[in-house]
Amino acid sequence: MGKKIHTITSPVMGTFYRSSAPDNPPLVEPGQHVKETDIACMIESMKIFTEIRCSQAGIVKQILVENEEPVMKNQALMEIELD
Amino acid sequence: MKFKKILIANRGEIALRIIRTCREMGIKTVAVYSDADMDSLPVKQADEAVHIGPALSRKSYLNQDAVIAAARETGADAVHPGYGFLSESTSFAQACQDNEIIFIGPSSRTIARAGDKSAARQILIELGIPVIPGSDDVIATPEAACDAADQVGYPVILKAAGGGGGRGMRIARNQKDLLGAFSVASAGAGAAFGNPALYLEKYIEKPRHIEIQILGDHFGNYVHLGERECSIQMRYQKLIEEAPSSFVDEPLRKQLGSTAISIAKAFDYTNAGTMEFLVDKDKNHYFMEVNARVQVEHPVTELVTGIDIVKKQIEIAAGKKLGLAQSDILLKGWAMECRINASDPTDNFMPSPGEITSVIFPGGPGVRLDTHIHDRYMVTPFYDSLIGKLCVWAPDRFQAVRRMKRALDEFEITGIATTIAFYKKVFENKRFQDGNIDTHFLEHMVNL
Repeated sequence: MGKKIHTITSPVMGTFYRSSAPDNPPLVEPGQHVKETDIACMIESMKIFTEIRCSQAGIVKQILVENEEPVMKNQALMEIELD
Repeated sequence: MKFKKILIANRGEIALRIIRTCREMGIKTVAVYSDADMDSLPVKQADEAVHIGPALSRKSYLNQDAVIAAARETGADAVHPGYGFLSESTSFAQACQDNEIIFIGPSSRTIARAGDKSAARQILIELGIPVIPGSDDVIATPEAACDAADQVGYPVILKAAGGGGGRGMRIARNQKDLLGAFSVASAGAGAAFGNPALYLEKYIEKPRHIEIQILGDHFGNYVHLGERECSIQMRYQKLIEEAPSSFVDEPLRKQLGSTAISIAKAFDYTNAGTMEFLVDKDKNHYFMEVNARVQVEHPVTELVTGIDIVKKQIEIAAGKKLGLAQSDILLKGWAMECRINASDPTDNFMPSPGEITSVIFPGGPGVRLDTHIHDRYMVTPFYDSLIGKLCVWAPDRFQAVRRMKRALDEFEITGIATTIAFYKKVFENKRFQDGNIDTHFLEHMVNL
């Protein structure tokens, strides 16, 4: 039986960032285990940065967007394979 | 000297605002634009337009080399930076000078001295200018923060030395608060501004934000253009401004005006600038910071003084004398501005980019609208949420409030959420109508 997948989506149209500051390492990497409260990525919209939480615990299966790419509201950003 | 061509290193409403004055002065204009602004009004209105990069500001409007190259390539004599982006960048002001392009604003040295808040504060204390009681130096340790707080008395506020616009501020009402706030603020300031230095100030309860517009030329002449009241803020972002302030009487205006000019002189300030103050309920005023650029809310001052501030900026930069004495500055009537933002008041003011399907603009007597939006305009998420500034002028505050309500009722934007409906509620509020406001007014109103 396949494991359940949680898809993280963007709450707003904006720019996708994998790290919290340009010189920082990515917040998460594929294959990494994450907690619900971990920050998965950042979305910048109109100079306001929003931290996107993983909201479920599991393994980061796939990152669907490249760093600094524009994203639409509700666009899928990452997939987490639930524990 | 007279400028033949000015490059506008900005976008949106302020780019359009500057182009308008240039055209009235017979000066050619060059717009610069990113991928996201290819079809924008400033690009259409300017005589020439140069593409400077992709949508992200860092790669376009903040790309100094690209802007300087555009200015050189088009033969612009001067660059107007507007507000935000490169407007208070010492390195950009210097780069302009190195390339023999005039930067329309203060010198890079003045921008640097006024922009370093800890150093600026020290200079002004020595001149006897009232500043908010606080730490004379940056606070390095939690113990130093506690000592400084004991000296000035709680509540206190921690601010990032490299910050601005209210970002990176933390309020503490006792020592326990302060120890927690210190570690968070220190980490936050380092991440956001690359400078973890903090300083601590007494927190003034229920203050008003009052600022003074000044002009200074290259011959040591200064005037102030009276005050703007900017107390209507949300999370330290100004939303509604007015001139004059119902709280400022003639003696206070004179005092604030002369203090602002003393500050300008202390920094060898030239061009247009704003000195921001907090004024407490007993009318004590405390200097906060210098804004070394044209400000978003400059139109309310233009409406009550009849002076085109952008025109004055250009003339001063071109080496012209101010040609104004303080006695020439007469404030007439009342002006108010609402910042129309693409943000959703029903969703905690979250950004609301998207396509404007249609727009109906307000107009009629005493209405000024500075905006770059139009039907089918795409509000992209790449820049700030300001999509227009609705200003009114009337003979007195009572009539200005009524006129703004009327103009807000006429203004209709469909397709995206905006702050228009929220302002209608503010203008219906009795306390607001009475001018009984402070910087916490909106938070209280929203929480009611």
